[in-house]
Parts: sequence; structure tokens; C-alpha cells
Amino acid sequence: MARTDATATRGESEPLLSIENLQTAFFTDKEVIRAVDGVSFDIERGETVGVVGESGSGKSVTARSIMGLVDSPGRVLEGSSIRFDGEELTDKSEKEYRSIRGGDIAMVFQDPLTSLNPVYTVGNQIKESLRLHQDMRGAEATEEAIDLLEAVGIPDAARRVNEYPHEFSGGMRQRAVIAMALACDPELLICDEPTTALDVTIQAQILELLDDIQEERDLAIMFITHDMGVIAEISDRVNVMYAGEIVETAPVEELFANPRHPYTEGLLNSIPGNQPGADRLETIEGDVPTPNEPATYCRFEPRCPKAFEECTRVHPEPVAVTDGADDHTAACLLYPEDVSEAEAVELHERRGDGEEVTDR
Amino acid sequence: MSEQVRQESVGVQTGETLVDVNGLKTYYDDGGIIDSNPVKAVDGVDFEIKRGETLGLVGESGCGKTTLGRTLIQLEDATAGEVLFDGTDVTELSGTELKNWRRNSQMVFQDPESSLNDRMTVGEIIREPLDVHDWETPQERRERVRELLDVVGLQPEHYYRYPHQFSGGQRQRIGIARALALEPEFVVLDEPVSALDVSVQAQILNLLEDLQDEFGLTYLFIAHDLSVVRHICDRVAVMYLGNVMELGETEEMFANPKNPYTHSLLSAIPEPDPTADKERVTLRGTPPSPRDPPAGCPFTTRCPMKIRPEKYEDIDPDLWVAIEVFREVLRERARAEKSLTEIAKEKLGMETRFSDIDEIRTELFGDLDVPSRVREHVEVAANHVEQNDEHAAREYLADEFGSICDAEDPSMHVVSDTGRTSNCHRHLPDYQEPDEFTPYTER
Repeated sequence: MARTDATATRGESEPLLSIENLQTAFFTDKEVIRAVDGVSFDIERGETVGVVGESGSGKSVTARSIMGLVDSPGRVLEGSSIRFDGEELTDKSEKEYRSIRGGDIAMVFQDPLTSLNPVYTVGNQIKESLRLHQDMRGAEATEEAIDLLEAVGIPDAARRVNEYPHEFSGGMRQRAVIAMALACDPELLICDEPTTALDVTIQAQILELLDDIQEERDLAIMFITHDMGVIAEISDRVNVMYAGEIVETAPVEELFANPRHPYTEGLLNSIPGNQPGADRLETIEGDVPTPNEPATYCRFEPRCPKAFEECTRVHPEPVAVTDGADDHTAACLLYPEDVSEAEAVELHERRGDGEEVTDR
Repeated sequence: MSEQVRQESVGVQTGETLVDVNGLKTYYDDGGIIDSNPVKAVDGVDFEIKRGETLGLVGESGCGKTTLGRTLIQLEDATAGEVLFDGTDVTELSGTELKNWRRNSQMVFQDPESSLNDRMTVGEIIREPLDVHDWETPQERRERVRELLDVVGLQPEHYYRYPHQFSGGQRQRIGIARALALEPEFVVLDEPVSALDVSVQAQILNLLEDLQDEFGLTYLFIAHDLSVVRHICDRVAVMYLGNVMELGETEEMFANPKNPYTHSLLSAIPEPDPTADKERVTLRGTPPSPRDPPAGCPFTTRCPMKIRPEKYEDIDPDLWVAIEVFREVLRERARAEKSLTEIAKEKLGMETRFSDIDEIRTELFGDLDVPSRVREHVEVAANHVEQNDEHAAREYLADEFGSICDAEDPSMHVVSDTGRTSNCHRHLPDYQEPDEFTPYTER
């Protein structure tokens, strides 16, 4: 999509969104669940960053943390940093947050029916965000709402604007939600599984729409999904999450051609369509664990086919998979590939202790 | 028809027919006294399932695949047609006969969260079918449950645990164990892996395959995830709006779909390969309501390869698509609910939200070069709409721009050596075959 632009600007200017060591935990009576545990990544302008992982891996909590939507008993811990357009979001008050949420950063959720209010017309709901963020009212707002509905490919928008969510089909509802998200011309759109509840034919329509909108408005998109096919289609770069941590980051072609983390490999191998001839599917045994204690070991170790002794002792830090491959990192003790196992383990150990790594 | 059936049986080598479905219809009636307008969930399907095979049933949500599955095992009453199970028409069974037959056919449900009773232990859940059918002695039933737990990959100590203590994948294993308790021959799997994560999904799919080998089961596998279907099914039936559009061997169909709908559906699957560069046919709109299916071919309203009337064969594809969208908008309007005020306004000839037609007309035709022979018809239709007579407008457009696709229900054509059948007018000798035809949207 806008990959060439994104790589050109990287390094020169600041990324649009920069997340550093994000930690979000939920404090329950029984235990502390570290839903997001030390996640760092950047999103450049005009770029689509995919976040993929199984349920419970912390994808949605990451998105909600960026939006400031984490409710009690959860909270974003001290030491986390979310910088959007040069501004630190984590110390903002609820009131300050409100002008960013829906304004500069907008979000599209999985189930369009629950993100629309059934007792207001679709037009009314679009106008609400126009009124709040752009102080636009009356006929002018209606006109704008119709334009937005047309922009997201809803035919007969002038009639549709006065209809209620239940009169829309699933795909149309998701289009309407996207129209609402676009109402205030955001710079970053966070899509949390926006096509999971839809049929493939409708999913194709929505993906095409997002692609068009991005081109038109130079929008940055953070796209969360568990579907590797969708990720391959829409993203420029991919973060693979597992149990609250990012285990691998790479440009999309690189990730699919050359997955390095054993979890990513397993995930790609268990897609049924990838191996039409094969008799049995490869599986990852066991289930995703609940991250309820600080990670002093590799959380994937119990399910990992390549695990060795150190994995239970040393927490893997994200490192470049080979020397010089800065845009492809994996959090696994097997990497960097070009040093011996013992050296690699030592490197991870040192990084984990917070020491400066000087030999790189 | 008889010729087709013969051809089909030549193609399939394994096993004899276990389930034979003929002209099956399942309508959901809303019980209107004067004017009953049923939902035609399954609207006349014919197919057969061989012993030991896995037949996939795919389609968009609302196309009737679950209803078809439920009708096959008599969880719904068929409105018409027959389901021959080993030669017995099960739609005619009742009472004890039906109950005894039910041992033979079981179902695994989609959502493992809602298909297990949270107040029963896992042992009780799996034992329930055995209790209902008064199978052997209670001692032996408990033995059997332990055996089943082992078969589906759970531990014997799970007998006394409750469903909430299990993960999604494990709960689905419990559902499978329950379905297998009475040693059925035929199992309907209704989206058994849709609610699961990929890595867990693979475990369940492997389990289902192992069980099929071990117990010689016959599966009807309902799914909307086409890659899963490609992996597990021997043959696939593609459903659209209560009709089977294409039916044939899996690999062959995935490699070379014949029916326009199958073609569009397959091209919509996002491939887990970022370098893949395939031509995608994006269907517009959504399937029509099964309460009011279009006349003619069920897929006519969205078909990217629809046959054009002869006199419009030469017009620009973009213009043709615009005309189709225009018709679609009017159809959509007919489906919209009208409030009492709106009906009253309409009767009084006042302006309603439905009378504005100019805007949509400009949106669709504004940028196009519309020849006068098309323009005049669009204008007549628009005038009808302005007079609040949408029905007349729709009829008018259907007369003018309709073709065989809007008029006649297509019949099943045999389209390959293996007996694959496809439901499309384009297989008639007068027209270009769908797989040789470039969709309008791609030109």
C-alpha cells in the first residue's frame, strides 16, 4: 500500500504512534493478569500495521490501552509510554483523552451491532461525533453525514441516513461504523477484528474499502485480527502477539516467507488451506496460557517444539533475527541466528536485566 | 435428471449412498392467516452423501446451510421432499421409530459455550444420550463415557468436572464425545471449529479425521471457512439462498470453479500469502431476503457474469453495473420497513424518504456516458419512483433490462467428468461458459 512512503520517512521523522514498554494489567481478587506485558512498536503515517494472535493474547487490550479505554480493575502500569504525534497519552486526564479519542484516533470494533446505538438513526450517530469534534450541526451535519456514508460505499445514502441500525445488513453496519470513525478525519484508525463477524464476500468488500480510504486520506491503520489471510492481504508490517507479548515483528512478506519464531511457524502451519495435499494438519499442542505472573521465562515454552533447558529460566527479549536485520525481530532464545546458542542466551539475559547492550 | 444421477454414481467409487436428499424444502412460516409469506430457508435441494465420505456444505450466513443440516437429522420438519436414510424416508418417521433412528444420526454444534449445560458434569453430559436411549446398564454407561473421553483426547478424571473448567477446544471435544456416544453412522458437524483459534482448530480437525477413520463415520460438514472445507471434505456443496449452486469434488472445484457464485466466493478468501496476486471478484451488496427471493436464478441480483439481453450486449460494462446497482437500490427500498406516517404520506402523494431518486441517479450515472436508448428507460423508471410507484419502476426495469437469468430458474448441469453439477444458465449451449467469461467488474 503506502509501504514505499513509510520506509522512506522512517528514521527521518517521528512515527505517528510510538508505543514503548506498554504494560496493562487487570487486578482481580485472585490474581494479577498481565494482559499486555511490555509491548513496544511504532506505526508510521499511512502505514498498516497488523497485530495477529489467538484469543487471549492481548491484542484487543493493546488497542484499548491506546484509546484509553481500559476499565477498572485494569490499568496501564507506570513506565508505559504511548506517544501519539509527539504527545504522551498515558498522563492525559479523561477529559483531555476525550478530544483525541474519536478525533485523532478512531476505532472500529468487531461487532457492528453492539457499537451502534439501536434507538438512534445511523445519521444521528454520525452527526454526534461531528458535533462533538467539529462543532458541526443541523443541515450542514446531515449533508456531511450523507457524504460520509457515500464515501464508505453505501448506496442510496440520502435515505439510509435516516434509518436505524436494525434496517442495515451486517456489512452495511460495519460500513456505517467506519463512516462514524472517519467523521473527524482521524490520523490513526484502529480496527479490532472488523471483519470477523462478516462473511467472506462482505469481508472482501470491507477490506477493499479500507484500502481505498487509506489511499485517499493517508490514514495509518492498526489492524487486529486472528486471520492470517486477512493479515497477509492488508498489512505492511506485522506484530505477532502471544500471551501479552510481541514475539515476532517483521514486514509482511518477510514474515510469511521466513517466519522465525516457533510460534509464528506453528501458527502459519496450522492454517488448513496452506497444505491442501497434506493428510494431517500440524498443530500447536495445548492452549494459550493466562499471563498471571511476571515473565521470567518464555511463555511459549510449554508448547514449543524447539524448547531447550534455558527457555524455562531466561526471558527472551526481542532481538534482530540476524545481524543487521533491524526490521525483523523475534523474542526467542534461538536468535540472533548468527551467534552460538550460549551467546544468544547470554544476550537475552543481559537485555532482560536492563543492561545496555554495547556489542551491537 | 436420471441421466445426471447415473453420471454421478460413476464418478464416486467409494461406498454406497447413505443419505439421499430429494427436492427438500424447509420453510419457516410466520403463521400469517391471510397472507403467509414463509422464509424459504431451504428451497428445493437434491444431493446424496456416500457412506464414509465427508460432504462439505458452504455458503454465506443465512443461506440455509444450518437449516439443511438440522432438517437432515429431523431437528426441523421438512416442508416438502424426502430424506432417504439407507432407503427409509426419515421425514415420515415419528414416535418410537424416530427415536430409534436418532441413535444413528447425531450433531455437533457450533458454539461450545452454549451447547453444553453448565450445571451438569462432563460425565453426565456425555452419558445423557445413553440414558435417554436406555443403553445397557448404568455401570456399562459409565464405562462407555470413560472410553469416549479417552477417544476424544480427554482424561478420565475429567468425568466429574464442569464445562466452565474447560477451554473452548476441550469443550468442543466434549460435544464430539456426546455425539459419538451412541455410535452413530452419520454426524452433522455444524461449524464445529468456527469459534476456535487456528492452532486449536487444527487439533479438532485432526481429531475429526481420526474418528472418521476409526469408526467409519459419514460427515456432513457445515462451514463458512472455505480453507477448512478444502482440507477436510471429499465433496462440497455450495449453497446460496436455499439452493445448491454447485456440487462436486473438493479439489477440482477449488482449482476450477464453474459456477459464478463459487467463483466469487472462492476469490473472496484472503490468502495467507502476501505475494499472491489474484484477480478478485468482489460481489456487491448482500444476499436477498429468503422471504422474497428473486425470480429466476437466486444469484441474479449479485451475479458478476449475468447474461445481458441481446440488445444491450454491447454497452459499456461500467454502465451495465450502474444499471444493476440502480435496480438493486430499488429492490432494497422495497425491503425497507415503512412507518405508518410514511405509508400515509405516500398515499397522499407527498414527499417521503423514498421519493428522492435524483441523487442516486446522479451518483450512479453522473460520470458515465449514457446512450439515449438506456437513458430513456432509466428516466421512465425514475418517474415511476417519484410518483411513489416503486413497484412499477422495478417491473419496468426488469422488463427492459432483464434476461433469462431474471426469468427462469436454472437447472443443474453436469460440468465435469467426475459428475460435478452447477446451477447456471451460462452452461446452456447458447451462452459463454462462466469460467471463460470475464466478470463485468473486472473489465
